[in-house]
Amino acid sequence: MALDAFAPWEDPKAEPVIHFQNVTKRFGEFTAIDDLTIDIYEKEFFALLGPSGCGKTTLMRMLAGFETPTEGTILLQGQNIAPIPPNKRAVNMMFQSYALFPHLSIWENIAFGLKRDGMSKPDINDRVDEMLRLTRLEQFARRKPHQISGGQRQRVALARSLAKHPKLLLLDEPLGALDKKLRQETQFELMDIQEKTDTTFVIVTHDQEEAMTVASRVAVMDHGKIIQVSTPDAIYETPNSTYVADFIGDVNLIEGKAAAKDGDKLHIAWAEGQPEIIGTPATEFSNGQTVHFAIRPEKVSISAEKPETANALKGKIMDIAYLGNISTYHVELPGGQIIKAQTANNRRLSRRTFTWEDDVWLSFTDTAGVLLER
Amino acid sequence: MRRLVLIAIPYVWLLALFLVPFIIVFKISLSDTELSIPPYTPTLDFSAGWAGFKEFLAGLDFENFVWLTEDDLYWKAYLSSLKIAIISTVLTLLVGYPIAYAMARAPQEWRATLLMLIILPFWTSFLIRVYSWMGILSQEGYLNQLLMSLGLISEPLIILNTNTAVYIGIVYTYLPFMILPIYSALEKMDESLLEAAEDLGCSRFSAFWLVTVPLSKQGIIAGSFLVFIPTLGEMVIPSMLGGSKTLMIGKVLWEEFFSNRDWPVASAVAVILLLILVIPIILFQRNEQKQREAEG
Repeated sequence: MALDAFAPWEDPKAEPVIHFQNVTKRFGEFTAIDDLTIDIYEKEFFALLGPSGCGKTTLMRMLAGFETPTEGTILLQGQNIAPIPPNKRAVNMMFQSYALFPHLSIWENIAFGLKRDGMSKPDINDRVDEMLRLTRLEQFARRKPHQISGGQRQRVALARSLAKHPKLLLLDEPLGALDKKLRQETQFELMDIQEKTDTTFVIVTHDQEEAMTVASRVAVMDHGKIIQVSTPDAIYETPNSTYVADFIGDVNLIEGKAAAKDGDKLHIAWAEGQPEIIGTPATEFSNGQTVHFAIRPEKVSISAEKPETANALKGKIMDIAYLGNISTYHVELPGGQIIKAQTANNRRLSRRTFTWEDDVWLSFTDTAGVLLER
Repeated sequence: MRRLVLIAIPYVWLLALFLVPFIIVFKISLSDTELSIPPYTPTLDFSAGWAGFKEFLAGLDFENFVWLTEDDLYWKAYLSSLKIAIISTVLTLLVGYPIAYAMARAPQEWRATLLMLIILPFWTSFLIRVYSWMGILSQEGYLNQLLMSLGLISEPLIILNTNTAVYIGIVYTYLPFMILPIYSALEKMDESLLEAAEDLGCSRFSAFWLVTVPLSKQGIIAGSFLVFIPTLGEMVIPSMLGGSKTLMIGKVLWEEFFSNRDWPVASAVAVILLLILVIPIILFQRNEQKQREAEG
């Protein structure tokens, strides 16, 4: 890891810019946010990730001021923001629908917030021009929102929300309306802009790839609770639950019982007549305790001969999903369990080694998978 | 050929139902009044041939239009109608906008019902509804009875046969024409625009003024024309609810036709009224055009 890696969350002296303290939000009977505590630090690109209805949008709307917490407090730079109305908060939001004012030109849209602050005319001109340059929209300044493309509208929305130098910028599914190619380009643009403006970004998304790409930290949410907060690589490699492992990326989940300990290794008995899986637990498992073994498909190798690894399982290829750069093999083990294995297609397809109904060996090292309690 | 027929149908329609009647009215306005059936002269006699037609043309003149400028009743009636139409349009807007706004903000499942309630009065005869207003507004009417029984007034208010009654009648009658276009403009509005405005520093009121009002502008303009244009020539409401002092050109027109039986002067009044209305109608059309372009 680089020496000056950006990780204020590991520094106990760092002051969070946003602090949620036991925040609960209920809509009638429905609990949208359930006793949630979280810190977000300055200059972070923080992603709230979860399926729809998990409470991530409610969390963001509470930051913007459109909802107030039922219980608990939200501090922005140490100040409770509950009594501050949205128009007085140093927080701006980029809406999922972009919410550009259709009757105003691009220039006027970006200037809208600045005019409300009573900024002088030359200052407004300078700031709007700066934002237009930042988002490469100079030649569209005089157009109306309906006269530009979706990608350009997205950039106008970003420019408008950044124009007022917010302490915190909220992005609600900012790339949801763009097609895949444009979305990927825009993700990098978003990161560039975040770095250039040194603003704290909080992004809400249901797209795990997007969250992993842009964010410095990702919070995985479900049913109003945060399940795990960590850097994208930690979330991927060391998920803390099967929910996170399953939500982020592709995973094979095998349920078994802790059988025997062997130094720092744990043997997992998971099916009659199958060899025990050997893994490296991060937490203590007592004998006979249920263990969920999670392993990513790309960490499972596939071969014709039995290899010399800690774990080797025999199976038959049921399905092959050819994705161009990689292929995913669905291999059925004798007990009926399907294991996904991925290989990079370094060679041309015509020289592929395996095909349907082939008997193959699946293998992985004793550190490739994660052992989870739930 | 099919194309030609398709295009021809609306033209024939316009010709038969608009242009021909207009030419007839215009012709009558150039004629002289006479005690006969029809009550004007000359009439075109096809059997007399070309000479008859020349004689017919020679009988036409503009003296009825000259007459309109000589008697101050007419231009006073035009001005008074204009004033009443403008004031009624503003009043209808003031009453209609909040109703349209509330309807557009009502829960989705209620909107169809509310729309229905707005349209419902159209199922009853317009005349009957105006008559019932006479029952409400008269000195012994329901309104006065209610106010007196509540002890708010001791003397009955005199509303019927005043301009106030005319305004009440016009606002009541034309309210749906104001509400519907404003409602349709407001209903299309994305509510996140208001949140965005607030997020960028607007108060609730300035968000309304800077976002909601400009976005419903087309609806306001359309509604105002839909009220203004028919109100300008309104005849039934001023003659039933208004008093002898209520001067409106529609009423004058009616009296020229049916009390005075002076069809040529009445026709001249109608032609001038039409010319006055052409201006707002053209403006209205341009507004509609602009709206279509903005949406396109």
